[in-house]
Amino acid sequence: MKPALKKAYLWLVFTFLYAPILVLVVFSFNASKSRASWEGLSLRWYIELFQDKAIMTALANTVIIAVVSAVAAAIVGTVAAVGIHNLKGWKKSFIMNVTYLPVLNPDIVIGISMMLLFIVVSFPRGLASLIIAHITFGLPYVVISVLPKLAQLDPQIFDAALDLGATPREAYMQVILPQIMPGVFTGFLLAFTMSVDDFVVSFFVTGNGVANLAISIYSMARRGINPKINAVLTLLFAAVAAMMYLIQKRMGKGVAKGAAEELR
Amino acid sequence: MKRNWSLYPYVIWMVLFTIVPILMVFYYSITAGEGGFNLTLSHYARVFEPLYLTVIWRSIRLALISTAVCFLMGYPVAMILANSPEKQQFSLIVLFVVPMWMNFLARTYAWMSLLETNGVVNMILGLFGIRPIAMLYTSGAVVLGMVYNYLPFMVFPIYTVLRKLDPSLVEAAEDLGANPARTFLRVIFPLSLPGVLSGITMVFMPSVTTFAISQLLGGGQFTLIGNLIEQQYLRTYDWGFGSALSIILMVIILISMGLISRSDAYGEGGGLL
Repeated sequence: MKPALKKAYLWLVFTFLYAPILVLVVFSFNASKSRASWEGLSLRWYIELFQDKAIMTALANTVIIAVVSAVAAAIVGTVAAVGIHNLKGWKKSFIMNVTYLPVLNPDIVIGISMMLLFIVVSFPRGLASLIIAHITFGLPYVVISVLPKLAQLDPQIFDAALDLGATPREAYMQVILPQIMPGVFTGFLLAFTMSVDDFVVSFFVTGNGVANLAISIYSMARRGINPKINAVLTLLFAAVAAMMYLIQKRMGKGVAKGAAEELR
Repeated sequence: MKRNWSLYPYVIWMVLFTIVPILMVFYYSITAGEGGFNLTLSHYARVFEPLYLTVIWRSIRLALISTAVCFLMGYPVAMILANSPEKQQFSLIVLFVVPMWMNFLARTYAWMSLLETNGVVNMILGLFGIRPIAMLYTSGAVVLGMVYNYLPFMVFPIYTVLRKLDPSLVEAAEDLGANPARTFLRVIFPLSLPGVLSGITMVFMPSVTTFAISQLLGGGQFTLIGNLIEQQYLRTYDWGFGSALSIILMVIILISMGLISRSDAYGEGGGLL
């Protein structure tokens, strides 16, 4: 292929990827409610957005759920990865199969199965059930990100730490943990992303009117198009872009690249 | 390092929130009625009624079309990415990932305002004197939504495999007199098959199980398996039938994943993640 042709094709695909987002952003500043006509620049939808309690609560819920579930998944998942790493034989393959289950299982099956569980044990559906569900599908990503880092470790490092007088806890916290930290971070990032991105599982396990952003967009979008959604999504996109930029800048390209590699 | 207590929280969590719920779905799929424990296969039998077979066939057909489009669109992208200079590669990957970090529903919603009868696409077509076309709420819109959401899942595994490809193999083919087309067909493409295979699975799976895309972009006119399951659980409250559908869906997916991972024994498929 000619370089010019390659470039043109890549541009075409990027246009396809970004055009909807661009339109979303542009129309969030439109003074009119219509998408067909442009009636001048306005912050009307942003003002209405900040006055819309339902959307703001949904936004807050999304952030709370993502932070809490990703942190919990990172902690439990890292501890579990250490345990799995030390396992052998059928136990290891059994746990790995269980780990892959939520990754491979269709979202809708995860959603309805957890909904059934919550209904049958009459666990109140709402923020707590959402967080439990998000921890569950985030956990495997942490385990899968941490395991390769543990495999790269020199097994004698732990023994060396013990020989030098560290308690096992100290050896884990001060020797092992810092070395597997990039994997933990990648896992955290993946769990966080999956949580913010999720709609299907959340849709089924929520209840009592508790909504995250995806659920509230869904219910609004079914009634047609609402410029307030454009405004909130523009803010979300700005946050994502800023986060990518910050990660790249503060952590150095290495970590961001590692994360991007894991995302592939 | 012999402290396996570290596994308990994880194992308990996964059993409680992954295995038990699936067993419950299975239980509902083989029992009938509210009162007592009546074993039945009637829920599974219903799946084979013509009405539902149409839905299943439609899901598979739309998902296959989306997967094919993703493959045709994505393979060249993966090749271009893999062959671009190292420095550029990273920024291009980031550019590819950023839209994915937006919420899945946000990406689907964005297409609604583009495809509407008085939306942006028709507005642009109008500039060329073309009268508005009904694009939203068609099967084409559903396919478009699937392609838009899942294209990166096709590109990344193929890209990973192509990047690992030994350039000397390509050079050898060229030295031996193969033209670029032949080099591609006989050397590059066969070696990238593991990536293609995981790309196909990763696009097909979410496409065949989706219900949000068909609901929003298909306007509820294109019932897919996912919509059917959602209806059984949230509208008609037929948990038994919904569970049978879910179990069938799960078994199909897990079997196909198992087959894929077996054919990808060397783990060169770029990882399913």
